[in-house]
Amino acid sequence: MKMAIDTSGNHTTTPAENRLVLSHLYVAFGALFIGTTFGLFQTLTRANLMQLPPWFDYYRMLTAHGVLLALVFTTFFITGLATFSVYKTIARERRSLNVGWIAWIVMLAGTLMAAFEILTGGASVLYTFYAPLKASPWFYIGATLLIVGTWIVFLDILLNLKAFRKANPGTAIPLPAFMAAATFVMWFLATLGVAVEMLLLIPWAFGWTSGIDVLLTRMLFWYFGHPLVYFWILGAYIIWYAVVPALLKVPVFSDALTRLAFVLFLVLSLPIGLHHEFVDPGIAARWKLLQTFLTLMVVVPSLMTAFAIFATFEESAAAKGQRGFVNIVRSLPWSDPVFAGCALAMILFIFGGFGGIVNASYAMDILVHNTMWIVGHFHVTVGGPVALTFLAVSYLLVPALTGRKLWSRSLALVQVWLWFVGMSIMSIAMHTQGLLGAPRRSADIAYAGAAVAAQWHPWALVTAAGGVVLLTSVVAFAINLFATIFAGEEGETPFVFAAARPDEPPAPKWVGNLGMWTVVAVLLVVVAYGGAFYDHFRDHVYLVPGLRTW
Amino acid sequence: MNIHRAETFFIRVAAATMLAFFAILVYLAVADRFVPPSHQQTIDPATVTSTAPFDHPGLVRTGPNTYDAYYVARVFSWSPQNLTIPLGSTVTFYVTSLDVVHGFTIPDEDVNVEVVPGWVSTVKRTFRKPGKLLLLCNQYCGIDHSAMYASVTVK
Ligand code: HEM
Ligand SMILES: [Cu+2]
Ligand SMILES: [Cu+2]
Repeated sequence: MKMAIDTSGNHTTTPAENRLVLSHLYVAFGALFIGTTFGLFQTLTRANLMQLPPWFDYYRMLTAHGVLLALVFTTFFITGLATFSVYKTIARERRSLNVGWIAWIVMLAGTLMAAFEILTGGASVLYTFYAPLKASPWFYIGATLLIVGTWIVFLDILLNLKAFRKANPGTAIPLPAFMAAATFVMWFLATLGVAVEMLLLIPWAFGWTSGIDVLLTRMLFWYFGHPLVYFWILGAYIIWYAVVPALLKVPVFSDALTRLAFVLFLVLSLPIGLHHEFVDPGIAARWKLLQTFLTLMVVVPSLMTAFAIFATFEESAAAKGQRGFVNIVRSLPWSDPVFAGCALAMILFIFGGFGGIVNASYAMDILVHNTMWIVGHFHVTVGGPVALTFLAVSYLLVPALTGRKLWSRSLALVQVWLWFVGMSIMSIAMHTQGLLGAPRRSADIAYAGAAVAAQWHPWALVTAAGGVVLLTSVVAFAINLFATIFAGEEGETPFVFAAARPDEPPAPKWVGNLGMWTVVAVLLVVVAYGGAFYDHFRDHVYLVPGLRTW
Repeated sequence: MNIHRAETFFIRVAAATMLAFFAILVYLAVADRFVPPSHQQTIDPATVTSTAPFDHPGLVRTGPNTYDAYYVARVFSWSPQNLTIPLGSTVTFYVTSLDVVHGFTIPDEDVNVEVVPGWVSTVKRTFRKPGKLLLLCNQYCGIDHSAMYASVTVK
């Protein structure tokens, strides 16, 4: 098998490869359209502006919102993006797409199965499916298939990396393919946790076992649930590190440091899930404190990322002879919706980072745990930065893959700004509700006129206003997407990943050694969780039968 | 690997800030015993209602100004539904669930703990302000989750 690679790692993907990538993206967009529509209804319901019918209650809708957006939209977009990053930078003649298509079919089958159960009321357990709420077994099986499908995507990535190594011995994997691979190593290790959880839940949901260890399922879920958020963010980081510089026509700030940041995220995302269980009984405070320390360490690769982004902006401005903060900002290509969307996403993420530090401070968690603050936080992280980056890059990716020009650049620009404004309004209002004590995951926040609850309603109205702006943005995106696919002018849209600096020496071998980092990650997980699991199995734990309470 | 001087500085400052945050949390944990609720006591959810003290949920005096309060959560109610706490007293809440996971919170007083069936959750608070407070469930537990609230009167 012959292979070719140019210095930037870019080559042209075939129409058959493009179809596979597009199939991932289209499922993601479908989930986005349905999920965000539900999101608007949720804001209206909580603000008492709307009454949901009994045959489609709030929690069924909220389960659909969480699953479709946090699990389906993000996962399908990232599997599509990762596949694209690998195919585009690792050239292979007559690459087999069978593994890729099997992965997509398994993921889609699982998604449809789980979605059917949710929409027909068999699984109003929210996207965290905390036992002993007992959903239909087909919901758990569907979710498991979605995950198994992503493992097949991972396999496809590994097969391509192997072919690359064989053809280019001693050459580092192209950066975009490396970032995709590091993301999926992390994802694979993380999803093992939820896979074990499923092995407990499925027989129990069928009634073959009589009870479930509730705390154990929570630990397994969050062992997966935290790296899940890094899976989303790394998807956006692939774009920030490798696409944004190309938009600015400058090289990747540092190829080696980018690789280092990704492997640091890989090892630091896994051993910290307990920070979601700060106020759970049954887990000793010392294990929570240990994981708090590991949680805070993620500051290092995060700020490396921030540094690289600012340096990239500065370099692009310098090329135009601009210096100083204001001039740098002004010199950036704000009229390009792809750039503008990514840049606005970055701004939102700064606020996400601030909130994250509060959440990680385990002494403060009682102030915000299970309040709307948390919901505000993840809308200004995954709902804002990640989703907005994905939508923005779609304005490049979809035209590049379909061979049709973007229908309207100005509509795209309006769309990314609406998303930014809507998400800012919604998330500020959600954070505020949270600080005032408003609970999340509640259909009705009036609480029979209790004094404390009276302060929440005005902010629920502001939240709803943000929701309206956001849904307008989604509609603008949908119009542009459909018009591009079905009525777009035929023509090439170049998509390039930024190249490394020609004079940058290759990264040290250890930085790119994913096998070694996997071992490091597993060891850290053992250190971080060993004590908590030891305690758990030492205690006499009662198994709980479970209920359908909806 | 070349790391730019400015970046090395930036990362050092970031790491130092992070260590300072962590040092504060450790100080709070060690010096003030300020740690999140992490009680480690199991209980059989099937027999909670016949096990003392949860068979009679409510307030128990333990000292001149200290009390224990026992709460039982079930879909979709708390018992006791109303509790009166003397102003200025320190109360340790012991909460457990008969069925699914619930969340025990008094938003006015920053009381907030998950209630997991099979386990007893505890949280301690001194009540210095009089008033009728809302106690609500802040962990989704089923269709009538938002109707799962009670009241606590401090006087
Ligand atoms: C039109 C845009 C959106 C609106 C109006 C919206 C609205 C909401 C509201 C009101 C809630 C909280 C409901 C509650 O706790 O009772 C919520 C929860 C949530 N949203 Fe969104 N959202 C939007 C977009 C997104 C996006 C793009 C994502 C992720 C990619 C997302 C992920 C989530 C998740 C994971 C939850 C938590 C669900 C749970 O608590 O089980 N949302 N959303
Ligand atoms: Cu987390
Ligand atoms: Cu509840």
